[in-house]
Amino acid sequence: MAGSPPLPPIPTAAPVGMRAWLLSSEPSSRWQARLGRGYLGWRTFSRNPLAVIGLAVILLLVFVALFADVIAPYSPIAGGDLRTERLLPPSALHWFGTDDQARDIFSRVIYGSRITLMVVMLVAVIATPIGLLFGTVAGYMGGWVDTVLMRITDIFLAFPRLVLALAFVAALGPGIENAIIAIAITSWPPYARIARAETLTIRNSDFIAAVKLQGASTPRIILGHVVPLCMSSLIVRVTLDMAGIILTAAGLGFLGLGAQPPMPEWGAMVATGRNYLIDQWWVAAMPGLAIFVVSLGFNLLGDGLRDVLDPKAAK
Amino acid sequence: MARDPMLDIRSLRVTYGTGRMQVDAVKDVSFQVEPGSVYGLVGESGSGKSTVLRAICGLAPVSAGRIMVDGREVPSPRSKAFYRTVQMVFQDPYASLHPRHTVDRTLSEPLAIHGERDAEARILQALREVGLGPSFRFRYPHQLSGGQRQRIAIARALILRPKVLLLDEPTSALDASVQAEILNLLDDLRRNLGLTYILVSHDLAVVAHLCDRLLVMRHGEAVEETSSETLRANRVESDYTRSLVEASQGFTRRTPQAGAPLAS
Repeated sequence: MAGSPPLPPIPTAAPVGMRAWLLSSEPSSRWQARLGRGYLGWRTFSRNPLAVIGLAVILLLVFVALFADVIAPYSPIAGGDLRTERLLPPSALHWFGTDDQARDIFSRVIYGSRITLMVVMLVAVIATPIGLLFGTVAGYMGGWVDTVLMRITDIFLAFPRLVLALAFVAALGPGIENAIIAIAITSWPPYARIARAETLTIRNSDFIAAVKLQGASTPRIILGHVVPLCMSSLIVRVTLDMAGIILTAAGLGFLGLGAQPPMPEWGAMVATGRNYLIDQWWVAAMPGLAIFVVSLGFNLLGDGLRDVLDPKAAK
Repeated sequence: MARDPMLDIRSLRVTYGTGRMQVDAVKDVSFQVEPGSVYGLVGESGSGKSTVLRAICGLAPVSAGRIMVDGREVPSPRSKAFYRTVQMVFQDPYASLHPRHTVDRTLSEPLAIHGERDAEARILQALREVGLGPSFRFRYPHQLSGGQRQRIAIARALILRPKVLLLDEPTSALDASVQAEILNLLDDLRRNLGLTYILVSHDLAVVAHLCDRLLVMRHGEAVEETSSETLRANRVESDYTRSLVEASQGFTRRTPQAGAPLAS
């Protein structure tokens, strides 16, 4: 390869040239190196059809949430005529039927995707950095810092997630924001443990010693050298946890402690459908189906990501 | 010997653990290294030679003794100025480079830590010095061979222009032909940049090739300080050093025993 003539940066001959550019063993810029790595990861990922289905489901969720007002045919909150349009079965007019307030369930499920996506993203954004920080600092510093941080983690880990979330919501008052905070503070301890375990395996390695010998400060080593190596197993774990987070949020909604009516939250919708379960099954089944599909999507995506990011765990 | 030593180690002691678990990894080792020379530390596995290096650069705890670099006692914890003077190359090039960082990132990190300007030119120059072209700059370690990785590790150690380079068995993880390349590279770099080396090795051939003076260690203690001429002429004093020399010459059959006829 060393003797080959210099190639133009991006050849115009599409797939073959593009692939060669991505897989080049001598990238000419930071971006080419990164994209090449990403492309190799994508190749491993796309070899797993179930993982691609999972990704498609999640992309669909994002798409639906973004364009909810375009896709949804009716208002999610204002119902139709309460005398004639209550509890209608699925039809061409109302794809998923209508509920006891004569609201179109399809539109409510569509708008509900925004709430689900918000819950998932906020929990990931809040819980992952906390867990990562606790875990890497505890693992890297060791000694009493490790002891203190991990005992705090143990305390949080000792509570059953739903019970702590219930207590938290009961104290702060019901609402989707409090539900998100409650889920976030109960889901970071496992991330801290994973990050600490990963940190312990790398903190005595030569490349960490080498950067120490260059005079790097502890925050620099943790953020620039330890965290990137913890990220992959953490991303996998967070993705796999998403299903559980959605279910917890839906569970809180079902118990009336999460999203409050008339918000079209899927768990709360299942709760109202409970009263008509035998005769009007679609009221509970449609949002339930949405919860099921999205949870499954996150699980499939997580499995696929594990194959890409964490080859050791793959079979 | 008129010049002040670049590195002056006085009765260095490194102890791990306490009480009954106490292990003396290095016991009262002293030596001096002249500026611009190569000093060898030789011994079998577990003789404490690597620990001496790690103690010098602050990776192992110093329980007693003094370490002077360039006429000044080193501060503890080590200062940034110390790391600009002393750098280290590790034994295993497969473990000493961050697996998620490109060569570019690995080499720019020391420059960023010390607030150096002109990173672009310095990185390219560092690659040139170790005989690698600019095409290696954005590769990941998994795209490099063992010898290339060790060259990157040397480039990383040299990019801050240190005066002393600590070499911890820099070639023992490499195959024979690559070993020679790396040793020649190190020798050239020392001549061109006026570096002082401390070379840890269990390979007497490597040490005799590169070093001016050397210290034989065993069980954490200094056995004998000698020079590579003495070693080559096989005029060493202690029995242990002699046995090391014999071992390095490979397996020699003892005189055939009487009554055991060999096919001739």
